[in-house]
Amino acid sequence: MSGTFVGMPAFPTAARAALGDTQLRRNLAHATHTIRDKRARVVAEVEDWEELRIAGAAVKEAALRDLATHLETLEASLVRAGATVHWARDAEEACAIVASVTRAHGADEVVKVKSMATQEIGLNEALEAEGIAAWETDLAELIVQLGEDLPSHILVPAIHRNRAEIREIFRRRMGAVGRPAPEALTDEPAVLAGAAREHLREKFLRARVAVSGANFAVADTGTLVVVESEGNGRMCLTLPEVLISVVGIEKVVATWDELDPLLRLLPRSSTGERMNPYTSTWSGLTPGDGPQEVHVVLLDNGRTRALADEVGRQALRCIRCSACLNVCPVYERVGGHAYGSVYPGPIGAILNPLLNGVSDEQTASLPYASSLCGACFEVCPVRIDIPSVLVDQRAAVIDSHRGDRVPKQEALAMKAAAWTFADARRLRWAERASGLAGRVLGRFSRTTLPGGRTAAGRLPGPAAGWTGARDLPAPPRESFRQWWDRTDGGRDGGRQGDGS
Amino acid sequence: MSARDEILGRVRAALADVAPAVDVPTAPRVPNRGDLVALFVERVEDYRATVTRCAPGDLADVVVAALDGATTVVPPRLGIAVPGAVVDDGLSAAELDRIDAVVTRARVGIAETGTIVLDHEPDQGRRAISLVPDLHVCIVDASQVVADVPDAIALLDPARPLTWISGPSATSDIELDRVEGVHGPRTLHVVLVG
Repeated sequence: MSGTFVGMPAFPTAARAALGDTQLRRNLAHATHTIRDKRARVVAEVEDWEELRIAGAAVKEAALRDLATHLETLEASLVRAGATVHWARDAEEACAIVASVTRAHGADEVVKVKSMATQEIGLNEALEAEGIAAWETDLAELIVQLGEDLPSHILVPAIHRNRAEIREIFRRRMGAVGRPAPEALTDEPAVLAGAAREHLREKFLRARVAVSGANFAVADTGTLVVVESEGNGRMCLTLPEVLISVVGIEKVVATWDELDPLLRLLPRSSTGERMNPYTSTWSGLTPGDGPQEVHVVLLDNGRTRALADEVGRQALRCIRCSACLNVCPVYERVGGHAYGSVYPGPIGAILNPLLNGVSDEQTASLPYASSLCGACFEVCPVRIDIPSVLVDQRAAVIDSHRGDRVPKQEALAMKAAAWTFADARRLRWAERASGLAGRVLGRFSRTTLPGGRTAAGRLPGPAAGWTGARDLPAPPRESFRQWWDRTDGGRDGGRQGDGS
Repeated sequence: MSARDEILGRVRAALADVAPAVDVPTAPRVPNRGDLVALFVERVEDYRATVTRCAPGDLADVVVAALDGATTVVPPRLGIAVPGAVVDDGLSAAELDRIDAVVTRARVGIAETGTIVLDHEPDQGRRAISLVPDLHVCIVDASQVVADVPDAIALLDPARPLTWISGPSATSDIELDRVEGVHGPRTLHVVLVG
């Protein structure tokens, strides 16, 4: 229901496993650095990139702030253009609509354009349960589907696989679901892409129903937009008789002209190209050209929950470019699977809690999967302040535990701190104890921080969780108040003591 | 309550405390880049598409040369004769799959991004004919080339199905290495007239 992978452990556990996989780390470092460099080159070409970002952010923000009006306009425009509009409160409802339209045409298979919304709602699994095969036609999605794997990147779901692994997957799995890979399959990317072309062509020519998402939905014209590279999208949007598009309600922009900044921002941010190879737009039906029955499923599935969040609603501006994944030091090292959702990386770390709430342990661990370095905000083409939302979601996680019968360690520590700070005498005692600890550590510790200050290594007991991955600087031997008393506020000239 | 009413109700409730519109600033325009047609050619070639420039009188010959004897489909009103070509009258996808090449016109060329936009009027034909064959020869008039994306958006009619094409079909899905040629035409040959 939530787009999270069933049974995934919380982020720290999953991340530890991922960090141990050296092949994965090599694949990821290579891929993220390649795409980062490409993006930087084409973004540097645009003199007014920052103004373009501001315009793009404003288009999405304006659409969100008046979303109900725009959705009603979109619905009316779509119906006028000959499309059938459905509304889905949640994943289950959306999947049921797609299945029932498909069944109404007696079809037992659909071809799919890569779409985050359909992954989020678990459409392929839901259709399979109804006896309908859903064929992914994007190359990376095909690799993931054939490998019975999980996606690990928004744009390039098979980013964790290298060419040799992909060759193996094609050789072993293609034959079971259609045209097998050729005998002479090498691991050259061009040869692998050629094998995918042959494998999928028969499915494109045969399929009667296609399922897509949409990158944008234009309210005043009823136009849906799909941005892609390979032409698999064009195949699905053009050849079948019936087209079903599952569109999140946040995809709306008000007017046709407002597509402009977004169509300039997305390809440069996403694949690092001036423009992606193919963009298709269509408004309902065109007699004699393309599908003659067009359905649009407008999907909520948590989006109104996110919209109600004052700080977090900006995450709905996201245009799924994945630039934030490619620059994230955490993502680069652990990859997408550790986030346990179809939305990984920095955007996933805010989107999943906003869409689903933080009541389960896995989702609640995501706002902490960040060093708050801010690189994601810097590259975001629609200026989503991801670090601020992360911090706010951390607060939401803490708030969700306020009523716990057994308080968390952190809550106990905060309570103890509050008790100590509330009384000058208690604070003085605490400072003395801390100074003593500093002296002891200064003598015995073998860890030294840059600058010469000593630090505690791994501590036992309740502090182990904190010190397992961090150095705890030794407390100063003298507190500020002790120094003040000793030197009369510095007037004695005594700057000594140990003020380190 | 219907799903529609419930979702719209949730949207309104979520935004109860929010002022509706924010000003949408006009997106910046690219500075004057001088010779737009030259820039268009450079940017299209950058995608590893072929570009041939020719005078209007030479167009038919240039197209024949670009096709190099391939079996060809053309839209109903291409405006030039292509010897031996099949004129599309609703060919099935399977029939198109047995044809090597297609020749179409275009509606707009975008210099900044090296993009061609088809609006699938009768000089360009249905979307399927410029998709299934492996070679797309696309005729663009120099007068159709505009500076950037907003200029194209202003000219295009969203009621038409539109296909924006920037180079041949490509993928970067394997190690983010760009490979030309997946499902769409693997060869794009732009003939620029004038």
